Amino acid sequence: MKIRPYLFTFLALLLAIGLSIAVGAVFIPPDDLWRVLTGQPPQSVTQAATILLTLRLPRTALVLLTGAALGVSGAAYQGLFRNPLADPYLIGVASGAGLGAVLAMSIQWPYTLIGLLTVPAAAFVGALGTVFVVYALARVGKTIPTTNLILAGVAFSSFAAALTSYLMLRSTGELRRAIAWLLGGSAQAGWEPVLTILPFLLPGLAGLLLSGHALNLLQFGDDQAAQMGLPVARARTLILLAASLATASAVAFSGIIGFLGLVVPHVMRLSFGADYRRLLPLSLLGGAAALLLADVLARVVMAPQELPVGIVTALAGAPFFLWVLRRAKNQGYW
Amino acid sequence: MLKIEGLSVSYGQRRVLHGISLEVNSGEVVALIGPNGAGKSTLVRAVSGVIPVEGGSIRTNSSDLLSLSPMMRARHLAVVPQAVSMPPAFTVWETVLLGRTPYLNFLGQVSVKDEQIARAALARVDALDLSERRVGELSGGEQQRVLLARALAQSTPILLMDEPTAHLDLQHQVALMEMAQELAHADPLTGTGGLAVLAALHDLNLAARYADRLALLVSGEIKAQGTAQQVLSPEAIAAAYGLPVDVIPHPFAEDVPLVLPLGKPK
Repeated sequence: MKIRPYLFTFLALLLAIGLSIAVGAVFIPPDDLWRVLTGQPPQSVTQAATILLTLRLPRTALVLLTGAALGVSGAAYQGLFRNPLADPYLIGVASGAGLGAVLAMSIQWPYTLIGLLTVPAAAFVGALGTVFVVYALARVGKTIPTTNLILAGVAFSSFAAALTSYLMLRSTGELRRAIAWLLGGSAQAGWEPVLTILPFLLPGLAGLLLSGHALNLLQFGDDQAAQMGLPVARARTLILLAASLATASAVAFSGIIGFLGLVVPHVMRLSFGADYRRLLPLSLLGGAAALLLADVLARVVMAPQELPVGIVTALAGAPFFLWVLRRAKNQGYW
Repeated sequence: MLKIEGLSVSYGQRRVLHGISLEVNSGEVVALIGPNGAGKSTLVRAVSGVIPVEGGSIRTNSSDLLSLSPMMRARHLAVVPQAVSMPPAFTVWETVLLGRTPYLNFLGQVSVKDEQIARAALARVDALDLSERRVGELSGGEQQRVLLARALAQSTPILLMDEPTAHLDLQHQVALMEMAQELAHADPLTGTGGLAVLAALHDLNLAARYADRLALLVSGEIKAQGTAQQVLSPEAIAAAYGLPVDVIPHPFAEDVPLVLPLGKPK
């Protein structure tokens, strides 16, 4: 096993975690940071401790998990559909989540814990519900033709997006919040979001990390994969389910963060090769690092106001991706 | 040995294979010939378990292939597909190792033995020097050899080939068919070979030259099978392809007929 790609990506992730913990409205000096993190907060750093433990750390954890889910799901979707344009939202996770979230916002819920959880819960249900509907619509007998799946996904997404727009036009007060959510600017404070999504996110991530060999086989097409011994229909369904679960949990609390799930796998593929057994874990680490960095930027550029992180991922991610693409000399990396 | 009996396959309401019976013994190359749309590729897909079978049986000496899981079936039977749309970013080595899938766990972890077998398969098709190259950089002939090596890495007694020469030039067509023949006719010195090879072929003369037996498939039915001289009669070929042909003996090999298309009667 080549260790360097992992080492490189892991170091980038550590750096991003460090920045994410250190940077914010209140600067925390590195030595205070160290003291709090090693669990010995003297009187002088109580404020730093509060900020770190209740704000920065949970936010860092949530952003890290979200980025990891988007990165690895994007790689899996691109492999599953054998399409370089695929991203985790291809078959409707985003529009379904958006519809669920905006629907929940258009109903006034009290600001209790249950009330605060309605939007993520509705987004999660909307996302997974959409995948199941699209899957059922695309089904022909026992097989799920890829083209059917993509077309059903695109059609259903447009439908859900139109409904979402209609709800937003009709609403009065919550419009700004809804737009921010749709741009991925809704990271919530506290540990509840992190703990709530873990039971859904972890099985999804684990499932994806185990599917590298199956995705390698699927790159040769369903026929050849079956002829080499892969139970194709079952493998496809499991990968789709795992990716949808991971993506749905990622968007539930963080909103719809675009571009990341498309670009991170491509950058990893261009840098470290096409073997999915390597590409999936690298996209997971890379996705986490990239979203953490984007989130730091989102906190800094308009401080004390925060930019929705989805704007940053596209604004900073697109030029970076184009630079990587131009630099790549090897033909036919896809 | 591959034994197909009474095999029927339908796409939706349309039946495309009607009660096919065909045997391929170890040590022989059987060419499956027939016009476009006759069902050659469908037969390959059905036998390799890609599409469901409506009736009939597909057996080897020891097992009923239809009752096996994809993984177990892939230990009995490997397919050499046409070299179109191969994922270009994989290296030759990665591609050939995938042939070991039926013997690997779902993570695809290979052992030293798997690597030895993959290396031997590459050597068998004379492509060891290509190992580190990316598939996308190879010529059509090289890609076809890599796919053959991948199938050999599956270590199966049965090899199916789906028009393996379709995209190759003359030299590579001959090279590939000679290789198929070698794989079937066991080498007396090393004892290797002895595969049962079923190859769907378009080129009748290639089939006549390199196959031990031919099977003529027309509209989903086997109209004739036997030696080249038995199957390649002007009447049968004209009826199957809708084109008058002349069949003459090969100038250097008497038992190999040559089929010359004459063109539509004016």
